[in-house]
Amino acid sequence: MDALVNKRIKQVLKGDQHAYSDIVSLYQQKVYQVCFRMLNNQHEAEDIAQEAFIRAYTNLHTFDLERKFSTWLFRIATNLCIDRIRKKKPDYYLDAEVTGTDGLDLYSQISSNDRLPEEEVERMELQERIQYEISCLPDKYRMVIILKYIEELPLQEISDVLDMPLGTVKTRIHRGREALRKQLSNL
Amino acid sequence: MSTCPEHIVQYMHEYLDGDISREHEQELRAHMQNCKDCQKHMQELTSTIAFVKSAAVIEVPPNFVEQVMQRLPKRKMRSGVQRWLRRHPFLVAAAMFCIFMSASLFSGYKNDQEFSVTKQPNLQVEGQTVIVPEGKTVKGDIVVKNGDIVVKGAVDGNITVINGKYMASTANVTGQIEEVDEVFEWLWYKIKSNAKSAWSFIDKNE
Repeated sequence: MDALVNKRIKQVLKGDQHAYSDIVSLYQQKVYQVCFRMLNNQHEAEDIAQEAFIRAYTNLHTFDLERKFSTWLFRIATNLCIDRIRKKKPDYYLDAEVTGTDGLDLYSQISSNDRLPEEEVERMELQERIQYEISCLPDKYRMVIILKYIEELPLQEISDVLDMPLGTVKTRIHRGREALRKQLSNL
Repeated sequence: MSTCPEHIVQYMHEYLDGDISREHEQELRAHMQNCKDCQKHMQELTSTIAFVKSAAVIEVPPNFVEQVMQRLPKRKMRSGVQRWLRRHPFLVAAAMFCIFMSASLFSGYKNDQEFSVTKQPNLQVEGQTVIVPEGKTVKGDIVVKNGDIVVKGAVDGNITVINGKYMASTANVTGQIEEVDEVFEWLWYKIKSNAKSAWSFIDKNE
């Protein structure tokens, strides 16, 4: 598959714009899925996913053919998602840890405050519930959980996509799993 | 579980990531055999993972590919052509030269479709046929375009017939006789005559 993708990339770089449609149809599902799980909104997800493919197209000459295209594309998409989320959030220091809470920051406080009443959550269908629980996760845990368990990327690839050390990825996955576990056991 | 060593939960996550060492795994198993709380914690974590993994694949909105393709900037294509042009200035110049040259030559050919003949005394013209009458002598070159020439008398010079025929019975022509029919021959003739006139121009100057 990588050989085919590289062939198409070379065609696009030579000016054959149409060859790019093969690349889009090959990755549209994965990119849209990440955006939707991350943004929890169909229209925003579609907009950002399209934007990711357009950014990839305009910057295609900077892509290193020795590397994996999907990793590069995911990186563009996840960055756009994070930017979009930041723009929506009110302007205070979300990353600042709350004193005495051992690694918890304002993200986790916001999401726990945002939870719906328990009866309502229990009435949800399974798929709706999964999306809801993922959307309740703090952003930085949500991203790694999506890449790990929905896109099923290896840890090393997640570290490449998010451009962060493997150790940080592991820590976030651990905390993400614990956060999810708590959300689920509350009910 | 509050009494359990903190690193046991860390080992659980190492186990779930699939990169736990043999020693850690042995310690984790030994601990969990006697600890109901840690068994429960591990159970909750594995069912949490199973829960997330049961997420269905999200359908991509219809016409996603078409919409992306429509939104792509068209600039890229044009800059590709521009880049090529910039990279091959000589080829571009040569191509432009060829286009203009052939354009002028072919337009010249088209304009020359009418019958014409070099004006010389003693020449008779009947329709599209030029006649050098018997007993008369034409001094100088004769060029006939899109017509025939019949030589009955004498010609003191060259005869060139373009898109026509040269006919003679007892003709007396001192110079060369040339018939030109096809486009390319005509081109060749044109080039030759240009060269000739250039040559004679140089000759005169010397």
